Amino acid sequence: MERGDVSLNGIKIMFGSVKVLENLDLDVAKSEFLVLLGPSGCGKSTLLNAVAGLIDVKDGQIWIGGRNVTWEEPKDRGIAMVFQSYALYPRMTVRGNMSFGLKVSGTPAAEIARRVEEAAQMLRISDLLDRRPSELSGGQRQRVAIGRALVRKVGVFLFDEPLSNLDAQLRAELRVEIKRLHQQLGATMIYVTHDQIEALTLADRIAVMHGGVIQQLDTPAKIYREPKNRFVASFVGSPAMNFIDGRIEAGATFDGGGLRVPLAGYAFAGNPASGPATLGIRPEHVVTGSDAREGAFDATVELVEPMGADSLVWCRSPGGAAFSMRLPGDTAVRSGDRQRASFPAASLSLFDSTNGKRL
Amino acid sequence: MNVIEPTGPRPKRTSPARVGLYAFLAISALFFLAPLYVMVVTSLKTMDEIRGGYILSLPSELTFAAWTKAWSSACTGLNCNGIRVGFFNSVRILVPSVIVSIAVGSLTGYALSFWRVRGADLIFGALMVVAFIPYQIFIYPLVRIFSMAGINQTLFGIVIIHTIFGLPTMTLLFRNYFASLPPELFKAARVDGAGFLQIFRSIMLPMAIPMIVVAVILQVTGIWNDFILGLVFAGRENLPMTVQLNNIVNSTQGERAYNVDMAATMLTALVPLVVYFGSGRWFVRGIAAGAVKG
Ligand SMILES: Nc1ncnc2c1ncn2[C@@H]1O[C@H](COP(=O)(O)OP(=O)(O)O)[C@@H](O)[C@H]1O
Ligand SMILES: [Mg+2]
Repeated sequence: MERGDVSLNGIKIMFGSVKVLENLDLDVAKSEFLVLLGPSGCGKSTLLNAVAGLIDVKDGQIWIGGRNVTWEEPKDRGIAMVFQSYALYPRMTVRGNMSFGLKVSGTPAAEIARRVEEAAQMLRISDLLDRRPSELSGGQRQRVAIGRALVRKVGVFLFDEPLSNLDAQLRAELRVEIKRLHQQLGATMIYVTHDQIEALTLADRIAVMHGGVIQQLDTPAKIYREPKNRFVASFVGSPAMNFIDGRIEAGATFDGGGLRVPLAGYAFAGNPASGPATLGIRPEHVVTGSDAREGAFDATVELVEPMGADSLVWCRSPGGAAFSMRLPGDTAVRSGDRQRASFPAASLSLFDSTNGKRL
Repeated sequence: MNVIEPTGPRPKRTSPARVGLYAFLAISALFFLAPLYVMVVTSLKTMDEIRGGYILSLPSELTFAAWTKAWSSACTGLNCNGIRVGFFNSVRILVPSVIVSIAVGSLTGYALSFWRVRGADLIFGALMVVAFIPYQIFIYPLVRIFSMAGINQTLFGIVIIHTIFGLPTMTLLFRNYFASLPPELFKAARVDGAGFLQIFRSIMLPMAIPMIVVAVILQVTGIWNDFILGLVFAGRENLPMTVQLNNIVNSTQGERAYNVDMAATMLTALVPLVVYFGSGRWFVRGIAAGAVKG
């Protein structure tokens, strides 16, 4: 297997006169699983296509495995790619699909057969090898597409939303499979998705993108617990983080939504200062009932959404700010009830009201 | 009150609108079939019987003499070899013209849809303009160009002509089909290392088989039915069947041999007819395949 570290330096990409990416830097370590996460249209696919060599960059360099591949053809970059729409060759059998690239590169027939068998076994599609793509289900098609990438024996795998066309159950199943493949192969994987659950479950590191800019590049835990700005905070996590607008007073309390939340124990990024701010807290971090501590208040329950293992309870603070909290699935709370709650400082996120940066 | 609860298949009703529709269809069919009927019966009669009038009556004694004569001994001026000369000329023009025009058209359509070469839109626009200008306008300049190149009045020349005039339609047909395919297919092939022609041959062309069938039908009928281009560019030795037919019908001295004319006309129309009947289903399927993502 080839070296698989990927490095993007000052990448700029234009479509005609529209600038999609500018001055973008990204370093992916060998054997790392990096997820590019962001809403539709933020430039994830564009970036991935540039790494693959399917789109020319206007400026900057792309290094793969210690080689500058900025001007090289896709086939010479040591990458393989899996697409959302599977992109299987419809007139070829599964075997034909998987061996096409090897045939093109003039690999001996015995070697092709061996690699196809091996990949098919890994993906449990050995009994599908003689079928046409039209005779396969969506999940099987995507397995074949992954198999077509595997036989190339490259150091870097690029995935562009490979699971987005599948139903929830298959998605979960293939997600595990991809994770397993990553551990087995030790290859570098760059994986594009707009699904934050996929990102959190798969990634070693996540790059959250918005408007062509990487907002935060961190481990899933860090992204989840310490989002760098309001966009990352709101995009990652389901159910979403609650936001309450207000003010920080003397760097010690947050006033907003009729609440006074003490901030002792919050790790400020800079020097704590007074001023308008937004408080963010995840539903599962709201402390409830008799556990509620400093700054506890009584919230009015408006709606209960049972979700099996737990329930999402929508409440209103005394000052009228809406937020949700997570309670056990068998909770007896009903709408109209009063629920005691507090926001522990250690699990809060505070954002600057003007530029959305974490405080 | 007695109400019938709906259950099972909806009862079929014959509405007046439906009767009217079928009547209209039947009349239209008759309208188009009547001339064909007259042609067939006339071609099977002797001249004596035709002189008697009654063009709608069935032949009293069946004779294929007119067909044999039309095929092998009808005269055009001094040559009395029948229309078969034209038939074989047409085949010799048709086969290479169809193959070359579809090969070139599918390749340009592919190039214009996947390889965003600079000026692709301009090329495509120019092709479309050519498609909508009456081609008579091009004839004189082309004759001059071909004369200078020394290929005027040759088989090679007429094949080139049919390829040129087929190019806009063929390009449009294939470009639209290829443009309807997901671009990822093309990207996947590039990652797999295939080049321009390899992707075309191994992946795109096999997918375009329904389009190729449509193209073959369009080109076979178009080229077979061509008259003016064949007359101008093919040269004396290679005059196509349509020109030959015209010469037979118009060069009769004395009495007009209606039965021979009818038979010769039907012989000339036979190839497009066979193509239509043989491939009607494919044609519809091909058109549909273009509309639906495939
Ligand atoms: N071929 C193209 N021509 C013009 N604009 C494009 C093209 N492809 C993508 N874009 C634009 O670039 C931006 C990023 O697209 P893309 O990378 O596909 O987003 P994502 O994959 O994150 O959904 C979008 O605003 C999109 O409209
Ligand atoms: Mg995308």
